[in-house]
Amino acid sequence: MNEHYLKSKGLHLNYSLISKMVEGNSRILDLGCGSGELLQMLKEQKDIKGLGVDIDQDNIIACLKKGLSAIQGDIDVGLKEFADKSYDYVILNQTLQSTHNPEYVMQEMLRVGKKCVVSFPNFAYWRVRCHLFFKGQMPKSRILPFEWYDTPNIHLLTISDFFEFAKKRNIKILKSIYTTRAQVKKFPLTRFLPNLFAEEVIFVVSN
Amino acid sequence: MIKQSVGIVETKYYTIDKNIKLESGEEFGPITVAYETYGRLNGKKDNAILVLHALTGDAHAAGYHSEKDIKPGWWNDMIGPGKAFDTDKYFIISSNMLGGCKGTTGPSSINPLTGKAYGIEFPVITIEDTVKVQKELINYLGVKKLLSVAGGSMGGMQALMWAISYPEMVESAILIATTSKLSAQGIAFNAVGRNAIISDPDWQNGNYYDKENKPDRGLSIARMVGHITYLCEEAMHKKFGRKLQNKTKPDFTMDIDFQVESYLQHQGEVFVDRFDANSYLYITKAVDYFDLSGKYGSLEEAFKHTNAKFLIMSFTSDWLFPTSQSKEMVNALVHANKDVSFCEIESPCGHDAFLLEFETQTNIIKSFLKDVDNE
Repeated sequence: MNEHYLKSKGLHLNYSLISKMVEGNSRILDLGCGSGELLQMLKEQKDIKGLGVDIDQDNIIACLKKGLSAIQGDIDVGLKEFADKSYDYVILNQTLQSTHNPEYVMQEMLRVGKKCVVSFPNFAYWRVRCHLFFKGQMPKSRILPFEWYDTPNIHLLTISDFFEFAKKRNIKILKSIYTTRAQVKKFPLTRFLPNLFAEEVIFVVSN
Repeated sequence: MIKQSVGIVETKYYTIDKNIKLESGEEFGPITVAYETYGRLNGKKDNAILVLHALTGDAHAAGYHSEKDIKPGWWNDMIGPGKAFDTDKYFIISSNMLGGCKGTTGPSSINPLTGKAYGIEFPVITIEDTVKVQKELINYLGVKKLLSVAGGSMGGMQALMWAISYPEMVESAILIATTSKLSAQGIAFNAVGRNAIISDPDWQNGNYYDKENKPDRGLSIARMVGHITYLCEEAMHKKFGRKLQNKTKPDFTMDIDFQVESYLQHQGEVFVDRFDANSYLYITKAVDYFDLSGKYGSLEEAFKHTNAKFLIMSFTSDWLFPTSQSKEMVNALVHANKDVSFCEIESPCGHDAFLLEFETQTNIIKSFLKDVDNE
């Protein structure tokens, strides 16, 4: 849904950033792959071997049309079909916050992937904070466009939350990219205070 | 109606001029194969798709046999110009399976050694055997590589077997509402069907071909049982509910009261006109024996040497070959590092959905084949 919304607004997505992070010729599993745009880009730019998983059948059909393989399934019930460390990267792009059981999903990802790429909108971004502080309403923004009653984002989190989560679960953060408006900001504050100044984050993690 | 189909088609026959070694070890021949083709084989001979029929299907998958024909082939909704299996692009091959009764050698065929129908002298056959026979046909047609093998239910079992037996010949496999091994429940229903036939006094140990009476009662009961498994509670409820047949209240006799009874009886009655009881025995046996993990040690091992791109589809209300059995194949293929896509299609039609839900299937198959075709 996010992907569709962003595209319809003509806004940039973080695909090219993710593409830069993964190694060529790798095996990639994209969870919540949507219509397969990211996998297609990775296939074209990085010559990867990819597989998508999505709950929505129309997305599976869209993937097939692009020549991608995809499996209809619910990532919240786990990744039983995938063997331990069977993928070089498991990607969960803008999906963690909409899973029912993020802890289990992360655990499964880390089991299946040698490395995992996780991205999510930072709920502690200053604009989000301002929205809540001054308006007193659930924040809405470019990447959080939904109303409280129809949002798929049921487990919103902040960058600090993820750091704490990673520490508790012994998850190694190998790389972090902080972005605002899908751009990596040179603004030093973003680097030093990402939880306040980054709108979105992409982590590469492993266990 | 004829315009939207491949038009008037003809069943052709090919006789294999050598014996085929069956899975049981027996050498068997001669075997004649009934087949039909739709569309044109291109110059490179790389646009052929083999479609495989289910339990009681035949070679006549699309089009009509004559202008007066009312019913088209069994997958007419899927095969034709612009359809899922687009005859403007692909060369579609369909054949009647070994042991069948629609032109391919089966128990009702004449045994050249005795001059009489085989009856139960016919050897017990398996899915692998029928695929072996199909391969002879494919060779004869000059096709070296199949763009796809596709089938629902037992047709899916054959498609699976193709991908495993002849990996170098199969570019993609479309497996619909099928399974890698028949469940105990599936075997149980087949056993009831076979018992109904065998316990019909007119079965006469399978030697009824030159007799006045055939085991029609047994065969029709077998069909009734089978038909129940192709539907589902929701579909039956929607179609019949508790509605009575041509009466306003039950008449307290043993006659037919309910519409569902009348429907099943009708299905049984029309079936005996188009199917042979012994073929039903042999084909259900072949389905019962189908067990890839049993044969290869594990499902993953069975898929180990396959080269095909797989597309697997299941239907939400299919309890005969449920989604869980499709997912088992998906899991094994993923574990074996094979290329697989999977969809579970929402449908209230039960197992029969693969013959009915053609719009969604068309959308999925077209998208899938487009890519296979490009490679």
